[in-house]
Amino acid sequence: MRTGSRLPDETFRYAMIACGLSVAVVLGLILYELVVNSSLSLHQFGWRFFISQTWDPVKDQFGALPFIYGTIVSSIVALVLAVPLGVGVALFITEMCPQRLRGILSFSTELLAAIPSVIYGLWAIFVLVPILRLYIEPGLMRYFGWTGLFEGPPYGIGMLAAGIVLAIMVVPIISSLTREVLSAVPRNQREAALALGSTRWEMIRIGVLRNARAGILGAVILGLGRALGETMAVTMVIGNRPEIAKSLLAPGYTMASVIANEFTEATGRLYLSALVEIGLALFLVTIVVNALARLLVWSVTRGLPARVHAQ
Amino acid sequence: MGVGIEVESLNAWFGATQALQDIGMRIAPNHATAIIGPSGCGKSTFVRCLNRMHETLPETRVTGKVRIGEMEVYGDGTPAVLVRRQVGMVFQKPNPFPAMSIYDNVAAGLKLNGFRDRRKLDEIVERSLRMAALWDEVKDALKKKSGASLSGGQQQRLCIARALAVEPNVLLMDEPASALDPISTGKIEDLIFQLKENYTIVIVTHNMQQAARVAEFTGFFLLGRLIEFAKTEKIFTNPSDKRTEDYITGRFG
Amino acid sequence: MRNKAGARSEQISWSRRFGDHLFTALAVAALLLVLLPLAAIFADLLERGIGSINWAFLTRTPAPVGVPGGGMANAILGSGVILGIATAIGVPLGIGSGVFLSEYGRNRFGDVIRFTADVLNGVPSIVIGIVAYSLVVLRQRHFSALAGGVALGIMMIPTITRATEEMLLLVPVSVREAALGLGISRWRTTVSVTLRTSAAGIITGIMLAFARVAGETAPLLFTAFGSQFWSTNINQPIAALPLQIFVYAISPYDEWHRQAWAGALVLIALIVGTIAVVRLIASRGMMKGTT
Repeated sequence: MRTGSRLPDETFRYAMIACGLSVAVVLGLILYELVVNSSLSLHQFGWRFFISQTWDPVKDQFGALPFIYGTIVSSIVALVLAVPLGVGVALFITEMCPQRLRGILSFSTELLAAIPSVIYGLWAIFVLVPILRLYIEPGLMRYFGWTGLFEGPPYGIGMLAAGIVLAIMVVPIISSLTREVLSAVPRNQREAALALGSTRWEMIRIGVLRNARAGILGAVILGLGRALGETMAVTMVIGNRPEIAKSLLAPGYTMASVIANEFTEATGRLYLSALVEIGLALFLVTIVVNALARLLVWSVTRGLPARVHAQ
Repeated sequence: MGVGIEVESLNAWFGATQALQDIGMRIAPNHATAIIGPSGCGKSTFVRCLNRMHETLPETRVTGKVRIGEMEVYGDGTPAVLVRRQVGMVFQKPNPFPAMSIYDNVAAGLKLNGFRDRRKLDEIVERSLRMAALWDEVKDALKKKSGASLSGGQQQRLCIARALAVEPNVLLMDEPASALDPISTGKIEDLIFQLKENYTIVIVTHNMQQAARVAEFTGFFLLGRLIEFAKTEKIFTNPSDKRTEDYITGRFG
Repeated sequence: MRNKAGARSEQISWSRRFGDHLFTALAVAALLLVLLPLAAIFADLLERGIGSINWAFLTRTPAPVGVPGGGMANAILGSGVILGIATAIGVPLGIGSGVFLSEYGRNRFGDVIRFTADVLNGVPSIVIGIVAYSLVVLRQRHFSALAGGVALGIMMIPTITRATEEMLLLVPVSVREAALGLGISRWRTTVSVTLRTSAAGIITGIMLAFARVAGETAPLLFTAFGSQFWSTNINQPIAALPLQIFVYAISPYDEWHRQAWAGALVLIALIVGTIAVVRLIASRGMMKGTT
């Protein structure tokens, strides 16, 4: 009887292990498919692919630099806006707000994370972009034009619009992860700071933030990972022009957007292969960024059960 | 020099639960006063009311009067920050700032107050660490080692040094040795003995021998009330209340 | 020893108080700046979308440009088909690997899988789209609902995996031991005791994963591709609500813009509705847990 009942147990165990392995297999498969399908472009262009500015499907010349530039710049704009907001919201919810408000506020940020990218894009096209064009961009040009970052006609669409939409999308990620990190800081650290005669801000600075630095950095990097790979909303407002411009008001293009826009139209094999290579680069970068972020967050919250984050 | 503490009809709540009921007490300056009682009797809450730490927990409330020297702790114009600035506190579990060096831990309170004079800061850090009997053990790695790299007993003495550095009038200790081994406990007790020459010390303990060893006065708390408050000797040899006697003879708690 | 007792400042310095107020003000400002777009988006969706939702919108296929009327019924149906395929792929694999992580994965190998799941969660959806394209579309030689379902299914796996693991870990060891002690075999214990105990939590996780992929557009661009017609054939290109919103939003026609807003309102209602149900389950589950 005892030996007889082991067979189903073992079968079940192997089935579950197979399911677990499927996660790794999927990740491996993603890498494999990306490498195989981009091999043509990898061989043809080598490293030049990443430093060349020419993107000319007609002449079969492909360089990804404008997209890399656009991805990085739009993500930086997003982080510059989203980090103070996300960390500020997290601090407000964990350290300052009355218990009663806590639930509704965390639900609100959760909702912000649940809005699909395409709806952000839709809203940005018809609401945000006109506001930028009519009010914000002319103002930026008047007062900060001298920096060179805000020049040229204020189209509304462009790098700045993409950065702002990305910021709105990234804030909930940064704030929910920061909240998790902040609540992992033991209460006795706050008490130590308070007992020394700290004001609330000083208590947060020396008793909380100082201990949570690594984890908050992790949250920011995870937000960066999301911003780098975000597709629809960016595609809808960035202008989709493969040029490198200093001005944030100028249209740009990102790695994810060029795949979204051109993949179904890519006629030549080399063209398609170049697009897949951009996808491969995006994949590798986001893997590194995510792995780094997880390690940093774990360094603070380790011991607590890891949660499902990127809702 | 230390100052006296006067407590009048002090009540404290956690939500709807009353943790302290009508406490009145005069704590003498430059002496150690022990607060004893079974767990949950309100002794920690009591000391946390003295420097307004109780109100930092959610849904708590305090009424009554506490005067530390000339300062009305719960007076209208008295900011909690100022109260805590003048009252040092040492907690049950050592809580040094792990992201700061030993030096920065001790200097943390002074830096908050905008203290910038490097030489003076060095002096105070050394003096505080000496008073906390930690100087010799850490002087070679003051700025290199983190506060968290020390042993438990050393960490607790570091926390004492940190509290002393801001030159408080009063030192509150909430079961400072309960998480420590006997040797470290002995060191902390020696320290209390020396410190009470210059500070008013209030120490919460569940260890009656400890109270007998370090404190001149002892208050016995039960179910949120102060049952008896007298010279330590009297409490332990000839208590006036039956409940005190039951507790110290180990009949409950 | 304490010679400068008189020199002690009896006030909190101006700069410290200022710092405290400034911080409070900034944190409140951050909160308002984050809530503003949230409120704006929901207000705009309602205001612009509600007028275009009518019977035709919910029952008709898209009308050609210039012809008024038409709807997104086929896109709603298509999203249903794609999400059905995705659920069929993502749920069993997700729950299975969640069971693996909690019941057999308390070791190095488990840590690797756990980490892999987290990393997979962070892979951009557009990249998943490329992979579904090369796995399914290239082999079938045409776009299909199946390819879209595969893409979204892959995206559901890591979310469900971690949710399942987390929920199973909440089941006390004593419950498992009680079952094992009755002589019930291990796999039976896992399936009919552990999994059943945490069913509400796991369903919550599945619905969150569902809500997350329901609005995904990027991985459908070159898998499901979109269509103007009714279709439930999983081997043919199929319309999807988010795709239709995208196409209409970037079109130059006012009528299509209106329909895009209406579609967005339907989509967000679906997602928020799912999350609301999840919250309900979660709060009921919590009450059960405390009694």
